[in-house]
Amino acid sequence: MKKILFVMIGLVATSLVSAAGNEVYMTEKANTNIRSVDSLRSGARTFMNYCMGCHSMEFQRYNRVAQDLGLTEDEMMDGLVLTDAKFSDQMKIAMTAKQSEAWFNKAVAPDLTVMAKARGVDYLFNFLINFYADPTRPSGWNNLTFPNAGMPHILWELQGVRNAHFETHEDAEGNMHKEFKGFETVQAGSMGEEEYKTLVRDLVNFLDYSSEPARLIRMSYAPWVLLFVALFTFLAYMLKINYFRDVH
Amino acid sequence: MGKIASSSSKNAAGFMGWLNARLPVTQFYKDHLSEYYAPKNFNFWYFFGSLALLVLVNQILTGIWLTMHYKPDANQAFGMVEYIMRDVPWGWLIRYLHTTGASAFFIVIYFHMFRGLLYGSYKKPRELVWIFGMIIYLALMAEAFMGYVLPWGNMSYWGAKVITQLFGAVPGIGDSLVEWVRGDYVISDATLNRFFALHVVALPLAIVALVVLHIAALHTVGSNNPEGVDIKKHKDEEGKPLDGIPFHPYYTVKDIFGVGVFLLVFLFIVFVKPDMGGLFLEHDNFVPANPAVTPAHIKPVWYFTPFYAMLRAVPDMQMGALIMLLAIVVLFFLPWLDRSPVKSIRYRRWPYKVMLSLFAVSFVVLGWLGMQGATELFKLMAQVLTAFYFFYFIWLFFYSRNEKYHKVPERIGDH
Repeated sequence: MKKILFVMIGLVATSLVSAAGNEVYMTEKANTNIRSVDSLRSGARTFMNYCMGCHSMEFQRYNRVAQDLGLTEDEMMDGLVLTDAKFSDQMKIAMTAKQSEAWFNKAVAPDLTVMAKARGVDYLFNFLINFYADPTRPSGWNNLTFPNAGMPHILWELQGVRNAHFETHEDAEGNMHKEFKGFETVQAGSMGEEEYKTLVRDLVNFLDYSSEPARLIRMSYAPWVLLFVALFTFLAYMLKINYFRDVH
Repeated sequence: MGKIASSSSKNAAGFMGWLNARLPVTQFYKDHLSEYYAPKNFNFWYFFGSLALLVLVNQILTGIWLTMHYKPDANQAFGMVEYIMRDVPWGWLIRYLHTTGASAFFIVIYFHMFRGLLYGSYKKPRELVWIFGMIIYLALMAEAFMGYVLPWGNMSYWGAKVITQLFGAVPGIGDSLVEWVRGDYVISDATLNRFFALHVVALPLAIVALVVLHIAALHTVGSNNPEGVDIKKHKDEEGKPLDGIPFHPYYTVKDIFGVGVFLLVFLFIVFVKPDMGGLFLEHDNFVPANPAVTPAHIKPVWYFTPFYAMLRAVPDMQMGALIMLLAIVVLFFLPWLDRSPVKSIRYRRWPYKVMLSLFAVSFVVLGWLGMQGATELFKLMAQVLTAFYFFYFIWLFFYSRNEKYHKVPERIGDH
């Protein structure tokens, strides 16, 4: 038992050290705005057209998305939903985890309902803009933010195909360091760089919204709740002052 | 009986008279509220007792409603929480009140305990009040830990694994003890089920009973105060303490103001920043429990991190677990470790003031260290601070024996 404890603590310690040593490649802020309905609609469209082939959003429902994004049932079901799902259904996919494992080299496409809470919007944004072609990987793609990711570059037609250049240095202790030197576009995509980033920003915004739809409600209540409590506190204070007048 | 007879003779008629003849409700109300005399000089630090009660009630009520929509099933638990957050009307509010309440409970309790240290509220005749309080603190830790496992996120799973593993440090029976606690060889559905039972039934019952004892013991000996003087020494001709005021209406009204200020902060967090940037709700717990994937940083929620830092500071796991346990056990003995006759810090001299400040700072810094990665520097810092944590009690034991102190006034307001 003691050995297991040591190994576990060791694992934790090494994972901490390696996490501190390998900085995650993140160069840009996502700058999403959950209040922008247009951005959320655009993100929902991208999600359902591109991501939902493999990724479910199984705790989110179509009718909730429609309600929060101001869409009618027809707009939602005819315009965005590509399957024969019902309006009140959860946003599940047909592929099972077992199939995913078999088809994608043991990788299971994770459910994305609360992914934005787990990884943060900036991470997701950088992940989606930092794919590059890498023939050594099974999918033919690699990623700067999430090196050796199992996921291929689904949005390549939009962003285009890029190669990444690296330079290898040797430091004083003889360790090799691979340093990223820039991208080179091999094949242009259908979108310009800014246009593509806007699309990704909207997508990440939609993921952020989906991770907690209640955020739209609670933020709208917040000022009123706090104003009410502030008023209550003021009155309570006046009452307290009055009672304590005769305490000397 | 004489008291009951006199109070019931006054209210002999009507419903209250009928009731009082059978159950001394009016007398109870007088003993604990309208004629419970508390010192008139309670300050900021005295809000936290009533706030702890408020948070306890919040946890029980929101907990009951969460239970209505949750299933302790390893295959469903993670989804149940998301179901509460989305499909249950106002479910998100109930859950955030509960999760924020958990952290608020510890904030309030840590302030409440520190108040005890500042004004010597643990000293004779309040040793039992302190001990009941310490048992509540222990029960609260168990309650919080088991509650944290229920959402069945990845940090729930790995946190449960690391914490239950600590029982393995018990010599001889460690392995079987771990298995007994888990109800399985690994953390599993069986563990989740028993933690649910303990979290929603056993521990809340224990905590409520302990709170009753804590308050009963307090009301037997009376409340301490920032001056640390005994208000019962000077009474008027009716036997009421000259420096006391009835708890109701004075402190009920004052505490309602405290509740208002508390709710401003509490509800700001609930409505605007419920995860507190990963401090109250950790990012890794938004990934479903996965025995195959270890989170990059396994760390407990902030309120356990001082003890977690102590655990990590000791290279030997068994010793680390022992140190962690001792860090809590030593607090139980505080009433006998501090041998100074003076209660309040106001009348103690600078060595005590400096040492208590350093003790508080070291506890907070240990808490911060418990959240950080384990670098060599941080480990060394944690070792030094852990050593200081224990040194404080040893120092206190010897220093307080012949401590020099300022003259304590006879009454509140006599300087």
